[in-house]
Amino acid sequence: VQFLLDNFWDLSVTGLTQGAIYALIALGYTLVYGVLRLINFAHSEVFVTGTFASIFVLHAFGLGSDDPVPSAGMVVLYIAAAAVGAMVASAATALVVERVAYRPLRRRNAPPLVFLISAIGASFAISEAFGVLVDRNNVRVPNLIEPQTQFHLFGASVNNRQLLIVAAAIVMMLCLDQFIRRTRLGRGIRAVSQDPDSAALMGVNKDRVIALTFILGGLMAGGAAVLYDLQFGVTRFNAGFVLGIKAFTAAVLGGIGNLRGALLGGLLLGLMENYGSAIIGSEWRDVVAFVFLIVVLMFRPTGILGESLGKARA
Amino acid sequence: VRFQRMARMTVTAAVVALAAAGCGSSDGSGGSGDAGSCKYQIGYFGALTGDSANLGINIRNGAKLAIDQYNKDAKDCVGLKEFDSAGDPAQAPGLARKAVTDKTVLGIIGPAFSGESKAANGTFDQGKLPIITASATNPALADNGWKIFHRILGNDASQGPAAARYIKDVMKAPKVFVVDDATEYGKGLATIVKSDLGSAVIGTDTVQAKQTDFAATVTKIKASGAKAFFYGGYYAEGGLLRKQLTDAGGKDIVMVAADGVKDPGFVKAAGQAAAEGTILTCPCLPPSKTKGTFAADYKAAFKVDAGTYSGEAFDAATVFIEGIKAGKTTREALNDFIGSFHGEGVTKSIAFDAKGEVTDKVIWAYKVKAGQIVEEQEIK
Repeated sequence: VQFLLDNFWDLSVTGLTQGAIYALIALGYTLVYGVLRLINFAHSEVFVTGTFASIFVLHAFGLGSDDPVPSAGMVVLYIAAAAVGAMVASAATALVVERVAYRPLRRRNAPPLVFLISAIGASFAISEAFGVLVDRNNVRVPNLIEPQTQFHLFGASVNNRQLLIVAAAIVMMLCLDQFIRRTRLGRGIRAVSQDPDSAALMGVNKDRVIALTFILGGLMAGGAAVLYDLQFGVTRFNAGFVLGIKAFTAAVLGGIGNLRGALLGGLLLGLMENYGSAIIGSEWRDVVAFVFLIVVLMFRPTGILGESLGKARA
Repeated sequence: VRFQRMARMTVTAAVVALAAAGCGSSDGSGGSGDAGSCKYQIGYFGALTGDSANLGINIRNGAKLAIDQYNKDAKDCVGLKEFDSAGDPAQAPGLARKAVTDKTVLGIIGPAFSGESKAANGTFDQGKLPIITASATNPALADNGWKIFHRILGNDASQGPAAARYIKDVMKAPKVFVVDDATEYGKGLATIVKSDLGSAVIGTDTVQAKQTDFAATVTKIKASGAKAFFYGGYYAEGGLLRKQLTDAGGKDIVMVAADGVKDPGFVKAAGQAAAEGTILTCPCLPPSKTKGTFAADYKAAFKVDAGTYSGEAFDAATVFIEGIKAGKTTREALNDFIGSFHGEGVTKSIAFDAKGEVTDKVIWAYKVKAGQIVEEQEIK
């Protein structure tokens, strides 16, 4: 406990950085759940596709794994290009998952359990495909940001990369939030999530809204993928497995179906994991995270902020 | 209802197909060359896929080289049958049963890792199928009374103290942090290193396989003021931990790890800059120090330099082949043959004691230099 107190801010900074990535992935789970009342277990692979796509883009620019960090202007360009590549690839993967693993079943009114299984199947298929493609090796991300301490927060150093990750994640989430609240397409998503049948009667194209929801989740996962690449500098075919479970947990923690809940849940989960590891040892990290989830659900069964994608400014 | 049933069936079929496609690659009973047509086979048991597959592939290739060389001018060929465990102790017992029931398999090279060895060796013992592991280094493996168990390299009871000696005597690090990955191998090794370093250990932590975010561990290492840290585990996590520690400003804290990290995959995961200067111990002989033409033959056959334990696997396969050559073509006879075997391998003189441990042990220290893992010195 003394260690936690001594390093409280340091652990908070790293916990928030990890939490921001959880939160971005959690959005994908939450969006799909809000509209379809289904968990898209292939979302972790939507994310993994993004991590590989951004590396692919960077390699296409001729950046090698152990090249020195390019100049600042180029770095911005590279990151932007990698982000676009990852977001497009992730969104495309999400769309394909929807078309292959969801839409045919929806047409036949399959029970929810079947969707779950087909999503898990899609998840394995994509993950194993990457495993075969890269020989199950770690794949390096070219160095783009050399972490440099920018300022100190109560004694904890905060570096440029951590700032970028947290800032980028929050900006993306704000954009998504505004998109859902203010635009016509966003209104469609909210309508379908509140009452699919009435929405259809009012002229909302349900299939299009669902596809859009998957794409939005994919875009967020693509963003998370670039930030993950920058943070860890390496990806592998099964990188999404644990991360996906954690992000799903974050979504449930904040209130599944609730965008702001995903943000809150992600950040809280990142912090709790770090504090838990600090107090009783890193081997208890997952135990702490899930005990925390269970305790929260005991008192708030719908998560901290409750389920409310549709009801957001209804 | 009819629609539902149809949908359900379609999905079940699709999932089964996907699962089959996914597992197809990890089933791996392919074997090498004309394995199926040979009268006798030697099995390779260990990871060919999964997070730490590189370590297993080195071993498989070393064994394959020995068998291919023998087959070139033998009238009765010997096959190499692969049992890919993905390094997963949960898969090991079933796979071991599969090997035992295949009566053409006379011996097993492996299991590669300590965790899967613990899970599988009991089955091999019941099936009287002799095994020679070229890499599983957990000392306790030899204490189970398995009559079929042989280990062709020094175990962690010699590697752990050697690592500790290197930290104390060569690096002269007064403060050391110890991290393990909670596996049979990593935890066992870290425990030995901890007890040998004694009061120099100023903190410990445990991480998990497949973990990618080591922020809490990094904070602990930094806060402890350690000059060096020992990592007991495999390269996939070790590389990430090294990189994250460097990124967090812990560049000068030297990483010491053992054979599970001694793979180019470590440098790949950590990045060349962060990996630089890492010390790796290994009860394996540097390929350049192996006897005869082994290093050159390996390079010619696989287009890469011999890896960790390729030479040891070559020797293990050679012991089996010598047995088969001597007409020991039942599992029991072959096991007795191995027990009394004396001979020169490419890595060491081979003879096993009553517990199945090789009598001649060598431990080397390696260092990461400019992205390459190069030999530093033998640890006496």
